[in-house]
Amino acid sequence: MAIRLKCTNKVKLIIRLSLTRCIADEHTRALEKAALSSHFPGDEGFESRDTSAHHEVRMIVRDTLEGYGIVSRLFHWLMAVAIVAMFALGLWMVRLDYYSPYYNSAPEFHRSFGMLLLFALLVRWLWRAANPKPQIDDLTPLEQKASYAVHWGFYILLLAIMVSGYLITTLDGRPVDVFGWFSVPSILQMRGLEDRAGDVHRILAYAVIGLAVIHTVAALKHHFVDKSTILKRMWSGPSPPSIIPKKEMHR
Amino acid sequence: MKARLAALAAVMTVTVLSTSAMAADFVVDTKNVHASINFRIKHLGFSWLTGRFDKFSGNFSFDDKNPDASKVKIEIDTTSVNTNMAERDKHVRGGDLLDVDMFPTAVFESTSVKSSGPDKATIVGNLTLHGVTKEITIEAERVGGGADPWGGYREGFTGTTKFALADFGILRDLGPSAKDVELTLNIEGVRPK
Repeated sequence: MAIRLKCTNKVKLIIRLSLTRCIADEHTRALEKAALSSHFPGDEGFESRDTSAHHEVRMIVRDTLEGYGIVSRLFHWLMAVAIVAMFALGLWMVRLDYYSPYYNSAPEFHRSFGMLLLFALLVRWLWRAANPKPQIDDLTPLEQKASYAVHWGFYILLLAIMVSGYLITTLDGRPVDVFGWFSVPSILQMRGLEDRAGDVHRILAYAVIGLAVIHTVAALKHHFVDKSTILKRMWSGPSPPSIIPKKEMHR
Repeated sequence: MKARLAALAAVMTVTVLSTSAMAADFVVDTKNVHASINFRIKHLGFSWLTGRFDKFSGNFSFDDKNPDASKVKIEIDTTSVNTNMAERDKHVRGGDLLDVDMFPTAVFESTSVKSSGPDKATIVGNLTLHGVTKEITIEAERVGGGADPWGGYREGFTGTTKFALADFGILRDLGPSAKDVELTLNIEGVRPK
């Protein structure tokens, strides 16, 4: 409860600061950070800032209110690559000739990797729930709503795609094998449903790629047109404290 | 399906119409499942892959005194194909094999039945599969028939045929030894009381 209250205050402060800010240059950013640290000394999310005196470049693991830690960023970019690759693999493998050397191995890889992605998605949710949500302070309210919808669209679509893919293989009671390391048992047996599961899998795969295009175009627009830091934030995360020398704050 | 299916006609000509119709029409016993439609196709030339259609219906007419007058009609729900693997069945139902969305039903209807020996017959008829209607020949055998223990009357047959998938426009290349599929129909009919 106490932590929640603290976060709320911090959010308010960030909003207030961003309202008074005209241009997001390095100088005002540094001032903000200084203000935040003085308001919330010892706050976990800003713990890394306290070490700035040591001038060491520390990897920020957890998300903070101003950016994503390394775990979230790895989730984001690795899953982005994986999702596009799985889409392409899926399209390609269902058209393979029966005598293609990949006729069996491509679907096996697709199934195995898909199951790993399902676990990754679940862990990603847990991680997200256990971390503060970086604040989007330079988007319009409409853009914030849209990005919220796109993000949740991704989560829901991805879950549905992965579950439907799992069902295609397991509806006859067979487990799905994951790279020969382990297998995931069948939970639901309902013969005939595999066709519908396949439809869902295919249609939603197209949908998620459509959403990815929207997401990419929006990110590029925020970056190049709005000059927002939103794309940089997902690439490089919150600025490690050592990058901002102390004296710059007083400049 | 078999030679003796046709007895109906004989009964009709010799006796009264109503009696004959009653006497010779059999409904395939799919209710208690004493009938099956199975197929097999070679896998790479190394083994037989077997499967079946779980849903079908049909009826036939048969009189063992005039088997050549028999008739048979079977309708198969192609969506019910079952090779004991969900993923493969999905593929078999898909566009490059049975394409069940477009062609959910396959029908066989006999055009002629000729006895080829005791309790044996050659049934020629039209098979409509994958939207293509083509003549096929089923070698049929009467397994048995008579009163059942529950007050009904049954006749049972088994028939086999073989055709090329490509003849019915199913062009997916499954390899040189998998061009033909063999079909076995086990048909038991119950004469309605």
